[in-house]
Amino acid sequence: MELLMAIVIGILFMCATYLMLSKSILRIIIGTGLLSHGAHLLILTMGGLKGGSVPLLSDDVTTYVDPLPQALILTAIVISFGVTSFLLVLAYRTYQELGTDDMEEMRGTEANE
Amino acid sequence: MNNLTFMPVLWPLFTGILLIFFVKKIKLQRGISLFSSLFGIVISLYLVFSVHTQGILTLGVGSWDAPFGIVIVADMLSSLLVLTTNIIGLAILIYSFYSIGEERERHYYYPVFQFLLIGVNGAFLTGDLFNLFVFFEVMLMASYVLLVLGGTKVQLRESLKYIIVNVLSSSFFVIMVAYLYSVLGTLNMADISKRIAEVNQPGIISVIAIGFLIVFGLKGAIFPLFQWLPGSYYAPPIPVIALFGALLTKVGIYSIFRTYTLMFYHDQDFTHTFLAILAILTIIIGVIGAIAYWDVKKIIIYNIIIAVGVIIFGISIMNGQALSGSIIYIIHDMLIKAALFLLVGIMIKISGSDDLRDMGGLIKQYPALAWTFFIAAISLAGIPPFSGFAGKLLILQGAAEKGAYFGMAVVLISSLMVLYSVMKIFMNGFWGTPKADYALSNNTVNKMLVPAVLLVIISVLFGVGTESIYPFITQAADTLMNPDIYIKAVLKE
Repeated sequence: MELLMAIVIGILFMCATYLMLSKSILRIIIGTGLLSHGAHLLILTMGGLKGGSVPLLSDDVTTYVDPLPQALILTAIVISFGVTSFLLVLAYRTYQELGTDDMEEMRGTEANE
Repeated sequence: MNNLTFMPVLWPLFTGILLIFFVKKIKLQRGISLFSSLFGIVISLYLVFSVHTQGILTLGVGSWDAPFGIVIVADMLSSLLVLTTNIIGLAILIYSFYSIGEERERHYYYPVFQFLLIGVNGAFLTGDLFNLFVFFEVMLMASYVLLVLGGTKVQLRESLKYIIVNVLSSSFFVIMVAYLYSVLGTLNMADISKRIAEVNQPGIISVIAIGFLIVFGLKGAIFPLFQWLPGSYYAPPIPVIALFGALLTKVGIYSIFRTYTLMFYHDQDFTHTFLAILAILTIIIGVIGAIAYWDVKKIIIYNIIIAVGVIIFGISIMNGQALSGSIIYIIHDMLIKAALFLLVGIMIKISGSDDLRDMGGLIKQYPALAWTFFIAAISLAGIPPFSGFAGKLLILQGAAEKGAYFGMAVVLISSLMVLYSVMKIFMNGFWGTPKADYALSNNTVNKMLVPAVLLVIISVLFGVGTESIYPFITQAADTLMNPDIYIKAVLKE
């Protein structure tokens, strides 16, 4: 199971890198989304995929899953949703103002507006 | 258990929420923010003195004890930085009243300002690695809004790059937290330190240490990772740049302080040598930038990078003197960078341009501005008895003890270059013949000058009175040198 997860995470990171290196803003944003998903899966996997019951004490269950990675992922997912939505709105505004979604055309020194 | 520990975070949160309700009433917003900042300083002063008398204060949130729950830790270093943050917050707030413009004030400038302070104070005070990430994100989210507020073309363009870089580094942060969790099974910094000491830092931990260095280095703008900084710090209005330059990069450096003195200190031959090399390269690159530009904002922005290099160099030396030097220098740099940005902002406002070649002769009309700038400039360069001197002296003494002579030479030469770069501003901006008839009245300038003068006075007092503050600094450095003090305080053993 861990091996499978590692491969999935690797593929996610690979796609994210590919997308983030492209010129279009939208592709870059999708890339960052994939990257953070890969990171979240990595936390889950690194915590150990034990396959036990929910971490609530009861008599008939002996193995519990580790709750901490799940708590961490939950926080990280919320943050990455927030940032991604902000980024989407910003990209739209930038497209409206600058009239381009090509990162190549957004280069240049600070002086030329 | 002491609830005071968390007050520097809760207080701006409360203020920020309150301010959202009065977002259209600008006068009221200013009043509330001002009161809140003043009270914030009182809280953090009280925190500093409490830590001084009682030792490290901790708070287990929700009564969950470390290492199982979230823990808030105020040691001397973090409480001193919280105090500095609040002082700078007050000064920049006052400056914002006169310069940020009503349009931005009506669009949630003051609430977001408070949210930025939550993130910064929280990052200084948190005792576990994942909450460091969370507070980083709070701080970054506020900084995104401040950066883009106003929506000019250059702001939008630079915000986009800034956010993408930071999203990448946040993902890296999460990845590194995941690795560390899988190796050690804990996220509480004190507990991590204890467990690394038990296994004596094998190779994988050194890899993670470098990973964290990449994350914090991106935030703190060390050598290969600083490229986003000159562009992004150039775009927003002056008070926002001052806030970023004084606080945001320093949070990255603080995290390097924490991780490299508390956690990853067993394999110093590898990690700290690496840190020293990066620090020296950072200084060199910063110096090249600072002397190359004719743009006042650019010169000060590259001076941030130089200071980052000097502080990191002090950390990489890793003995008592160099660490206390770094602590003095980081506080000095926060104060003086904020002051310099505010002063440069006034110059830009007067002359209507940020190019030095369009300025000149400001000293005739605005002598107070000129002399404040002069004191700030020589203080930045580290001329005794001003505040940059004590920090640099201690760093150099520490380096000499360790035999890091090349680094010493770079730091010393960089001081000269810093002096040259700021004197360039002074000579071209304030001396010579006026390029135009400056219309801004002395009255307006003096109003904007007040917060900058306040910061410069504090920094001068800090420099002259280093002797009396020194007990606080050594207390902070002792905690960094002996992680056991921190671990015992947090884990209550």
